[in-house]
Amino acid sequence: MKLIFEKGAPGQHLSLLPSCDVPEVSLSQERKAPLPLPQVSETELTRHYTALAKRVHGVNDGFYPLGSCTMKYNPKINEDMAALPGFTQIHPLQPESTVQGCLEVLATAEKLLGEITGMDAMTFQPAAGAHGEFTGLLLIKAYHHHRGDSARTKIIVPDSAHGTNPASAVMAGYTVVNIPSAPDGCVDVEALKAAVGPDTAGLMLTNPNTVGIFDKNILEITKIVHDAGGLCYYDGANLNAVMGVVRPGDMGFDVIHLNLHKTFSTPHGGGGPGSGAVGCKALLESFLPGPVVEKAGDGYRFAIPEHSIGRVKDFYGNFTVVVKALTYILTLGKAGIPEAAENAVLNANYMMKRLKEKYTMAYDVPCMHEFVMCLEDLLHDTGVSAMDIAKGLLDNGIHPPTMYFPLIVHEALMIEPTETESKETLDEACDVFLKLWDLAHSDPQALHDAPKTTPVRRLDEVGAARNPVLRYTEA
Amino acid sequence: MGSYIPNTGEQRREMLSAVGAQCVQDLFASVPKDMLVGDGLDLPEGLSELEVRRAVTAMAEKNRIYPTVLRGAGAYRHFIPAVVRSVVTREELVTAYTPYQAEISQGILQSIFEFQTMICMLTGMDVANASVYDGGTAAAESIAMCKDRRRTKAYVSACAHPHVIETMRTYCFGSDTELVVVPEKDGRTDLEALKAALGADAACFYLQQPNYYGNMEDAAAIGEIVHAAGAKFVMGVNPIACAVMATPAECGADIAVGEGQPLGLDIAFGGPYLGFMAATKAMFRKLPGRIVGQTHDVEGQVGYVLTLTAREQHIRREKASSNICSNQALCALTAGVYLTAMGPEGLEKAARQSMSKAHYLAAELEKIGMKRLHGGEFFHEFVTACDKPQAVLDALDKAGILGGLPVEGGILWCVTEMVSREEIDRAVAIIKEVC
Repeated sequence: MKLIFEKGAPGQHLSLLPSCDVPEVSLSQERKAPLPLPQVSETELTRHYTALAKRVHGVNDGFYPLGSCTMKYNPKINEDMAALPGFTQIHPLQPESTVQGCLEVLATAEKLLGEITGMDAMTFQPAAGAHGEFTGLLLIKAYHHHRGDSARTKIIVPDSAHGTNPASAVMAGYTVVNIPSAPDGCVDVEALKAAVGPDTAGLMLTNPNTVGIFDKNILEITKIVHDAGGLCYYDGANLNAVMGVVRPGDMGFDVIHLNLHKTFSTPHGGGGPGSGAVGCKALLESFLPGPVVEKAGDGYRFAIPEHSIGRVKDFYGNFTVVVKALTYILTLGKAGIPEAAENAVLNANYMMKRLKEKYTMAYDVPCMHEFVMCLEDLLHDTGVSAMDIAKGLLDNGIHPPTMYFPLIVHEALMIEPTETESKETLDEACDVFLKLWDLAHSDPQALHDAPKTTPVRRLDEVGAARNPVLRYTEA
Repeated sequence: MGSYIPNTGEQRREMLSAVGAQCVQDLFASVPKDMLVGDGLDLPEGLSELEVRRAVTAMAEKNRIYPTVLRGAGAYRHFIPAVVRSVVTREELVTAYTPYQAEISQGILQSIFEFQTMICMLTGMDVANASVYDGGTAAAESIAMCKDRRRTKAYVSACAHPHVIETMRTYCFGSDTELVVVPEKDGRTDLEALKAALGADAACFYLQQPNYYGNMEDAAAIGEIVHAAGAKFVMGVNPIACAVMATPAECGADIAVGEGQPLGLDIAFGGPYLGFMAATKAMFRKLPGRIVGQTHDVEGQVGYVLTLTAREQHIRREKASSNICSNQALCALTAGVYLTAMGPEGLEKAARQSMSKAHYLAAELEKIGMKRLHGGEFFHEFVTACDKPQAVLDALDKAGILGGLPVEGGILWCVTEMVSREEIDRAVAIIKEVC
């Protein structure tokens, strides 16, 4: 498909702006380079982007069991609410008295999410999960510094963690201590005991963890870290499994990030904008990025926390994403929040049970919202890899699971169906998975060759990295 | 209560029985019993769609929409063509994840490749990434691109946006980097102070163009000073101004970053916005975040993939160049559609009209005795001295006009193509009454 730069013709344009009604001025140092932006008609523009949209698989195009990403349905009412002019046309530096509705959104979302997570305060400034991790770790850093404890230079991360965890720890100035997982995929308590000490700033953990198991030792784990003087960070990527059922705050965590774009149903937009809200216990509240929203009489006002780490972003975060998440929470309410978690877990266990008929599970125990299959034996028996199965799914209209993660499982496929999929969809998907398992044995080449029905077939990623072509240049 | 769960009670029972559970609570057996919240969560009852629409709309209605906006300071109300909204609300584009599965994500990947190209065109730089969170985080991320063992200090002009400086400072607290603020002189970076400040340990200097006060900096001369000290020159630019002003490449920048919000994104109480980052060929492998590259499929067909991933967190973990994974893809798409709709002429028109109208307002204000605080050239923002800013802003407010932002020494005004000459004249008449 042609690039937009290869379409249209010089002089084609849309009629958008009137002529200037004041005398025109120029700068003494003006741009010398030509500006070769596309020149197309409105018809051509809309056809181009419609064609691009048709080459995308969204949640509305089919099943999307991408593990760790919680690709649940994105309710349309959320989009409507976020598009209200009373939100979209508000300047971020308007007088406080004229933005009381925006402040109410932030304050209400903080209160409800605080209750769901068991946290005392929250900031919505972080724009994504990784940004939230960085922010949360800086709260931990500021806390230790404030107490005059500069010896705490290490963050402990299990080897099953998301790659962002160690990367965020380094950005926050910490050394990473990787600890191996126990054979059951959970934290190796003895390894943790051996790792903590006076240099421990904190532990980063996902619970349920990345293999979809709730770590039953969680209270002991957080106590070990606290006893050593460290703090506990909760990676909220998997909160969908337990929201309304059990709270990270009650598990002993001090600080948490949420992915509003996962758990709280806001769309992913092809990779953003998300929202990585960070919640914390009272002991960290005074370090939060400013400004935060506080109650003032009948209304709200902005305030800067006493020992704030400072801003992590311009203004107040991805505000309209928070509007969408708030709309969702208000819709589900007290009963709907745990019901979503319960059904996410039920759907995952149901799929796991059906797929166990042929596939090997990395951990053959009941799962939470997701589970990991290990295709090492399939690869050994047939030469068909996790990648091949994933590409086979593409020809069946299903977005593949997360591949080759977590790193502790070889040939991993991580499946997270979410609660918004029906039994019919799960059954159809299971039929496809099982059919592909059979195909791997009868005609492995067919899977090496997949996909065949997609707009392009397997792409040369090695070539792309070796000879990078990162922009269009006119021939 | 609202719910998006399709399965009926009977289907759920069927599934429970298939997995050998009596009830759904059995599935949470691994959670210690005393930790379960039971029915204890203090949340309101769920709402129907009509009720939730009423509740959230009521919040939106507590905000005030100003028909005329003369305030910018990092958030700019520009004209947004109708085609932009029409494209970026398409469900496929809104609901997809990061394009990990390239074969079914060509639409997003190609749109990012086109966005990267457009950012290169605007800035004159060689390579751009797929976007980061916003202009402030783009500026902060650029520091890590420039630091090495010997060059450990970052410098920023005092004339950069205060939020950007503060975000850089927070990131520097993380990486234990010293951040030095180079002072201003008459609303511009003090070149002598800059020369004196940059030492052998200087990694980079960040200059905003036009700067926070709307003033044009002598970017080329500053670039020479920075390079003479052996440091990298980072420019934070307004992408619309790039249509008329000398590009970062023409000013010798090694890295160009900026806030992409003016490119078709609503002001939306501060977000979501869009950070862009571009660099010279020599530095592109240090760019953080996603980058899309062109390649071929097994049949030789052109296609696009996420590339150079060896820099990234999911491969390199603690050795990654940044922790960033999600970017602002839908915002980057918005900017791409906006730039396509505007085209070279339309974008120049938006830039030229914004600048010209700002100059018209400045001239009219001067006629009534409200003089600019700084001399020299400016783009579409400027500061006037004002001894009773609150009275001026209150009077404008009553007429539905959001006046400029109160800053030290006066008021920071902004005019875009959205404001007509009549609106400017009306504002000036109101101000004249007060002053």
